[in-house]
Amino acid sequence: MLKEITSGQYFPVESVLHRMDPRFKIIETLLFIFLLFAGNSFWVIALGAAFVLLAQRLSNIPMKMIWKSVKPILPFLAITALLNLLFITDGEVLFSWKFLKITEDGISTSIFMMLRIVLLIIGSSLLTYTTSPILLTDAIESLLSPLRRVKFPVHEMAMMMSIALRFIPTLLEETDKIMSAQKARGATLDNGKLTDRAKALIPILIPLFVSAFRRAEELATAMECRCYRGGDGRTRLRTLKAAPRDYIGFAVCLLFVAASVALNILLQS
Amino acid sequence: MKSLSILETEELTYTYSAGTPFEKTAVDHVNLKIENNCMVGIIGHTGSGKSTLMQHFNGLLRPTSGKVLLHGEDIWADKKKLRDVRFRVGLVFQYPEYQLFEETVYRDIAFGPKNMGLNDAEIKERVQETAELIGLDKKLLERSPFALSGGQKRRAAIAGVMAMRPEILILDEPCAGLDPKGRNYLLRQICDYQKKTQSTVMLVSHSMEDVAEYTEKLLVMNQAKLFCYDDTPAVFRRTEELSGMGLRIPQIAGVMHTLRQRGYDLPEDIYTVAQARDALLGLLRKGGAASC
Repeated sequence: MLKEITSGQYFPVESVLHRMDPRFKIIETLLFIFLLFAGNSFWVIALGAAFVLLAQRLSNIPMKMIWKSVKPILPFLAITALLNLLFITDGEVLFSWKFLKITEDGISTSIFMMLRIVLLIIGSSLLTYTTSPILLTDAIESLLSPLRRVKFPVHEMAMMMSIALRFIPTLLEETDKIMSAQKARGATLDNGKLTDRAKALIPILIPLFVSAFRRAEELATAMECRCYRGGDGRTRLRTLKAAPRDYIGFAVCLLFVAASVALNILLQS
Repeated sequence: MKSLSILETEELTYTYSAGTPFEKTAVDHVNLKIENNCMVGIIGHTGSGKSTLMQHFNGLLRPTSGKVLLHGEDIWADKKKLRDVRFRVGLVFQYPEYQLFEETVYRDIAFGPKNMGLNDAEIKERVQETAELIGLDKKLLERSPFALSGGQKRRAAIAGVMAMRPEILILDEPCAGLDPKGRNYLLRQICDYQKKTQSTVMLVSHSMEDVAEYTEKLLVMNQAKLFCYDDTPAVFRRTEELSGMGLRIPQIAGVMHTLRQRGYDLPEDIYTVAQARDALLGLLRKGGAASC
């Protein structure tokens, strides 16, 4: 579990999608979400599925990992499907029992919604599977940089995100150590009543907070010693540079979105 | 009394992340018998498995295979008794001051005894006695642990484990980050504690000088395996083997060794400055008498 949290979802293998510019990947993911929500016909789902399948082919992410990203939302999916099934009462009634009515529309909507959510999850996990958290932060900073004009602290926000990511493993390790130390003094963490368990957290949380503040202060001092003064005029170790494949990928993505919009207009008229 | 073994391990093995590419055996088939009423030093290169081994002694880690026996009883035989084992084998981690959390030093030291289910009078007695033993001023007991100096915090944290009166007290580098004066003072108090309570104290250290001066027996770990467990002088006699695994003998022992090689009539087995001083003074007196 510890490892899963520390590396985020990132799945480091070699692939075209991994090498693509993270900024493009973020925009493409947003476009993909737009595509999914652009229309209400199953054609949109088919297009979305084709897009996801293409991306998966290019990403070398095994199907097993994709399934792993969908699994946790299954209960949520089931509830959505059930609600749609029970509360949509338009269309031909197929089955009714007392006040419950299952209609054709209900069935098709619930299937449609389920597929839409599944595709949404797969699409966005492909982004996090193929992009390391640090690159993702860099890309967000770069994409949000126009906001600097309106005095939005883009660099500071990105820096905060990177620092938070950087310190997750450190703090986890620290928690582990503090837990061991308190257990060695007879603290019981995993049994007892709810109130007892909440109380048992105090010996863990207080040292953890103290150490987090201490670390923050040390880090601030260390940054100041290295003359850190925010984003202005700062160069970076990793510069994001778009390559031909990024433009090709973007074009393909736009094509899909255009197809989905066109289909939608055609179907409506 | 001395020969009675209190803690034993049988083929103790521990593997991290077993079954994954990150698999690493940190403790490899260790057989040990630790005696009662003894000051034991644990030495070994960084990553040799000292810390992992220690965490088996009080049941924080469960062996992948093998057993840990406390008074001949497998500590994992009955999981309900595991908490009891932690009171009987006290473990002080490295930089223990980072685990302080209570409002006052008194209450922090009382945390362990309270978990043991002692009554207030017993707790009070233990806290005061332990504070005195470790050299914490009575006035400090009512202060917040976060208001203490670094050395005082360290003492308060160690007292928190000592107050449980464990049969075995294990300290992982209790002197890390302290100044030389603070080191000696703390080690002497740990030694006094050991003599007073007649319990076993195990001391993990990277300072050969410290273990030479304060311990009776040495446990040497090398690459997850137990290299040896023997009387301290007997271990230091194996100079070559020790340096082969990145350890060394105390500096003063090196000096005596060289002097002996140059033909000075000095006894072997000198590992502390005090012993060396006596031996050299004796030699000088003899030499002085001869030249007169």
